[in-house]
Parts: sequence; C-alpha cells; structure tokens
Amino acid sequence: MAESVTSKNLALAKAINESLRRALEADPKVLIMGEDVGKLGGVFRVTDGLQKDFGESRVIDTPLAESGIVGTAIGLALRGYRPVVEIQFDGFVFPAYDQIVTQLAKMHARSLGKVKLPVVVRIPYGGGIGAVEHHSESPEALFAHVSGLKIVSPSNASDAYWMMQQAIQSDDPVIFFEPKRRYWDKGEVNTEAIPGPLHRAQVVREGTDLTLVAYGPMVKLCQEVAAAAAEEGKNLEVLDLRSVSPLDFDSIQASVEKTRRLVVVHEAPVFFGSGAEIAARITERCFYHLEAPVLRVGGYHAPYPPARLEEEYLPGLDRVLDAVDRALAY
Amino acid sequence: MTVESTAARKPRRSAGSKAGTTGAERTTRTTARKAAEPELVQLLTPEGKRVKNAKNAEYAKYVAGVTPEELRGLYRDMVLTRRFDAEATALQRQGELGLWASLLGQEAAQIGSGRALRDDDYVFPTYREHGVAWCRGVDPTNLLGMFRGVNNGGWDPNGNNFHLYTIVIGSQTLHATGYAMGVAKDGADSAVIAYFGDGASSQGDVAESFTFSAVYNAPVVFFCQNNQWAISEPTEKQTRVPLYQRAQGYGFPGVRVDGNDVLACLAVTRWALDRARDGAGPTLVEAYTYRMGAHTTSDDPTKYRADEEREAWEAKDPILRLRRYLEASNHTDEGFFAELEAESEALGRRVREAVRAMPDPDRFAIFENVYADGHALVDEERAQFAAYQASFATESDSGFAAGSGGN
Repeated sequence: MAESVTSKNLALAKAINESLRRALEADPKVLIMGEDVGKLGGVFRVTDGLQKDFGESRVIDTPLAESGIVGTAIGLALRGYRPVVEIQFDGFVFPAYDQIVTQLAKMHARSLGKVKLPVVVRIPYGGGIGAVEHHSESPEALFAHVSGLKIVSPSNASDAYWMMQQAIQSDDPVIFFEPKRRYWDKGEVNTEAIPGPLHRAQVVREGTDLTLVAYGPMVKLCQEVAAAAAEEGKNLEVLDLRSVSPLDFDSIQASVEKTRRLVVVHEAPVFFGSGAEIAARITERCFYHLEAPVLRVGGYHAPYPPARLEEEYLPGLDRVLDAVDRALAY
Repeated sequence: MTVESTAARKPRRSAGSKAGTTGAERTTRTTARKAAEPELVQLLTPEGKRVKNAKNAEYAKYVAGVTPEELRGLYRDMVLTRRFDAEATALQRQGELGLWASLLGQEAAQIGSGRALRDDDYVFPTYREHGVAWCRGVDPTNLLGMFRGVNNGGWDPNGNNFHLYTIVIGSQTLHATGYAMGVAKDGADSAVIAYFGDGASSQGDVAESFTFSAVYNAPVVFFCQNNQWAISEPTEKQTRVPLYQRAQGYGFPGVRVDGNDVLACLAVTRWALDRARDGAGPTLVEAYTYRMGAHTTSDDPTKYRADEEREAWEAKDPILRLRRYLEASNHTDEGFFAELEAESEALGRRVREAVRAMPDPDRFAIFENVYADGHALVDEERAQFAAYQASFATESDSGFAAGSGGN
C-alpha cells in the first residue's frame, strides 16, 4: 500500500485525540468538557494536550458532577455551542442519565424541531482492563432504548477518528461509546479519506458459513474467532455494526441471506440487550433464510464481576466458537 | 434520651429568651414556618404602604424611578395573568385541559421578576411560570397546548427567549447555567434566569447548577419561588435553613424577597440581573410566597393544609396590595379598573375559544422531529404506521366499514 502523508498509524485513543483537535480547530463552537480533561488530558489521556493548545475556555475541567456536565452542555448547546463531554467511566454515567434521557434526548421533539442539541457524550466503556467496580460496564442498550439519542461505538482507530468527526457534526445528541480496552490498539488513519455514513455497518471479514455481528471491543475478538474457525475449515463473515442506534439491519440482513446463520456478540448482558433486538428483527426479516436460530453471546444477568473473574464473564474466543459450533450444528 | 435529660431541658425551653441554646434552637426549627415572619425585602406592605428601611435600601433604588404608568402596567399584568390562570383552571374542570398548574398567589413573584428582564435575557421556566411567559410576550394560549395534550411545548423558545416548560423538577437550572456560561463566552452582557420551586431545591441538579454557576461565574439568576408546598410536602421537608441562605455555601449572595410584593420582586431581580451583567456571577433570589391553589388540578390541598393558613396568606394578596397603593396614591381612576375588567373578560373569552378550537395534531406528528438528522428506525416505523392507517382507507373504500355510520 502506498504511503500517504495523510495516513498515520495511531492508537485508537490518539485517533480520537486528533479528531477532537481537528474539530476544535475547525469550529470555534466546539467545546470539550469533563472531569480531568484539561491538564491531565483525561484519565485515558484522550484529551491530552488539548487544553494547552486551545485554552481553558475551550477545554473545560468541570466539577465532579455528571448531571451538571450534561445539563450545562445542554444549555451551552442551546446557546449555539457544540459540546463534547467526557463521562470518565461507563458506570459513572448514571447520575447524568436523567439529563440524557429526559432532556437531551427529547428537547428537539418537544420544541417541534426548533431546538437542536448537538452534544456528544463520550463514554469509555467495557471491560477487560482489570478495573474496579463501575469501571467496566456496557450500558449501551439502556441508551439505545431511548428515542432521540444516537449510539455509536468504533472498533478501530480509523473509525474512531472519523466517527468522532461525524458525531460532532451531527445535530443530534450522540452517545459515543469508546472501547477502552482497545484504546492502545494501533491502526492506519487516513485523515483525508471520505468516510462512509456514520450509521452504516461494515463487513470486516468476508465469509459464507455464518455471520458474526459485533461492535466496539468485540469486533477484534470476532475477527480472532473467524481466524481460529478458518483453521477448522469454517468460513465466517464478521460484521462491525459501528452504530447501535440507528442499527443497520439492511447490512445484517444482506449478510445473513448469504450465510444463513447469525451469532451476535457483545459484552453487555444478553438479557434485553442489543443482541435480542437484532435476533428478533433478523428473525422477522430472514425467517426463511435462517438455518439456525440467532444465537447471542454476551454478559450474564449479574453485576459485572471483580476483575479476577471478568474473563469468565466476558465473551472470549472459546465461548464465541462454541456458539458458532452450535449454530452450525442445526 | 433519658427522662432526666428531658426534664432538664424543659425549663430552658419554656424560658424562651435564650436564643442560641440547644433547646431554643430545636423549638424554633420544628416550628420554623409558624414562627415569626421571615426577614424579607419588602417595599410594599399588605396594606399597600411603601416601606423604607435598612434592609430594602439597597434594592429600593432599582425601582426609585418607577412611574405611575409602570405601576399600572404591573397591576394589569397581574390581573390578566390571574384571569388567564382562572380560565385555564375552569377549562380543566370542563374537561378541555388534561391538567393545569395554577399560579394563583404567585403573580407578584412572576410579574415582578419577569418585568425586570431585558429582551435579550433568557428565561428557563419550570411549568408554572405563566406570568413570566406573559411578560416575555408568549401568547398565553400557546401555554395550553401541552396541558390539552396536543403538543409537548407549543412555542419557539428562541422566539421570546423563553425556554419550554420543564417538568422534571430542577433540570432546567442546569440548562440555564450552561446557557449563561455560553453568554459569558460570547462576551454578551445579557443575563439568564432560572425559575424553580422550594421542592426543586432538594434536587441534585439544583445543587449542581449552584456549583457550576459559581465555579464559572455564570451570569445566571436563580429565582426560587418558595410557595411553601411541594405538592403535599411543606418546605420543612425540603430544608432546615431558609433557602436563600443556601447560596452562601456556594459563594454567591442569596436574598429573600417578599414574593407577594411586585415592587420588591422587580427591584431585587433587577439588582440580581445587574450583578450578572456586571460579571459578578450568580445570585439566588428566594421569593417567599404562597401557592393559593392546588399544586395541579390533580391534587387536593384540603388533605394536607389548614384553611387558616390560606386565609392568612389571602390577606397578603399581591394584587390587592398594589391596588390599595395605586388608589391611595391617586395613580388611577375608576375608568382604569373598569377597562381592565373588560380586558380580563375578553382575555378569558379568547383563551376559552382558542382552547376549544385547538386542533388535534396530525397523527404522523408522532414521528416528527424525533431526530434532527433522521433515523432509520423512525423512518421504518413511520412507513409501517402509514401502511396500517392506509389499510383502513382501503376497507372504507370497499364499503367494508359502511355500517359504522360515519360521514
């Protein structure tokens, strides 16, 4: 592949950092807000260096109050700003959940379209980093159930860069789930590329025997699963959803009509999770194409466990392969 | 507690003169509301007399130049707002509105603060600020859409710098703070005002808005209408200290104003807005007032409060006291009141007719404006809904539904 001056090899966290930098440069109305986002650059350093270069009025260290962060971001958006707020960890979003669900999500509709709230809520989410309680959760389904919000989650550096650009440009509130265990994974980012639509799923591995659907941190796992299955002669397709709401059912349907089998993988609890929605809709759409029931692999209906047990809780290579085998056995 | 300690405390409690003793404090606290009148900024007594004292001197100058015409204007605003409110209550009783949150008794707090605002200021109301809406020029009939159930808002917030009503208690104080942070960033000299009640003062969002506004020195005025009751819960269930004193802990001033005194509300709000414009940051104004009616038409205040309490507050009626002052000062003649009465009736009639004429929204409005940029699922469900609706048309066309008697 030809080297391009606009193509960089970046860790996912750094790709978001560069994307935020670009947004701050492009539009003086873009603001970064959150706990520790300034001097420290965020606990994951995603906002590293931004306050130094853009000042405290653009990159704003906030009081430790999540509802306050989102609530004031709403007010700033009403004044014409485009705030990008950071919730430090997934489990800390709940004090802000009221503002997100009752205010951020609904104000556009309540105002009959007169008010737009271009707020991005960044949430580092998911497990696998050996963290303590409330630092490893995957609450995306709780947000996807709420109309008025858009929910996305990149799986790689390039998507992280471009999806952040698109989220900031969106006039709708976007909950941007960042797969924290992939923050340090590097990938090529072409900063001059023309990105695909924010909510379109992407086939990241072509296959014919079964479709694995995932997003965020589970995409890499599914690619590993597909590679392992290939050694056993199984040809799996891997679809990276990228967006949980809207959800690109057309792409899933197209893949399932080809492979006739579907396994959905996510870290969040399976019960009432995004996999349930996918299974239900794909069953409606592809009933006569399916050779097996849609299977789901994910977390249990239990609190996220202490770090020493998280590998038991999280979908791993073997659990997904087991589901693949079960689907293929029908 | 032992018998001995109880007995030991008794003499001190009954002595009553030793303010500051433990016993005295406890007695005062538990009967705070029934105790002496709280310290208020007041410019007009319930008898309609102007007051001049050390406490109000700082604020009185903000209404020193108020003209008889302006006073009549405040009176007119209060009377028309009360008439509108009464009409809305009646419309609810007649089944035309699903619910109504009456402002009866709070006219002075709302008109006084509302008339202190400049056009470029921005208001974040809760759901009872009909008088403030009036001052902002929002047509009162637009306030009724959400209570009739034809929309969830009904006006363009940017049309009059009057945000939509917020039903979740206290949420809007953060929106106001964020908006004010934006005003400061823009270098504008307008101010923002957030309305909320004594019940909302218990909400975390209100506390967080105090924190954020203080930290960022946001040009926002927090206007708490302490109407004594949060549905059935009295102020004592919300706080153990007078609400205006909360501000001190956040590092900005708080002031308690007689919420039934329109002049005092005007003066104190002007003062607070001036502070905001001058870059001095937030202020908490506690307008000490009383909700004469129910929380909403759904509740029954006779179950939780005594008639005597309401009667005591009726004597402090905000409209009556300004009328007394206007009459004593010869600022009006009989013609003024008669004309206003006719204007009130006309407003009532207009509101009544407007509500009854309010069309139900188009059924496809369900899917409108859910997202600014659109959403595939909404598109899909709209199409399903349309197909479902169309199926009835087909039945009707084929004569299937001919027996239903419609035309």
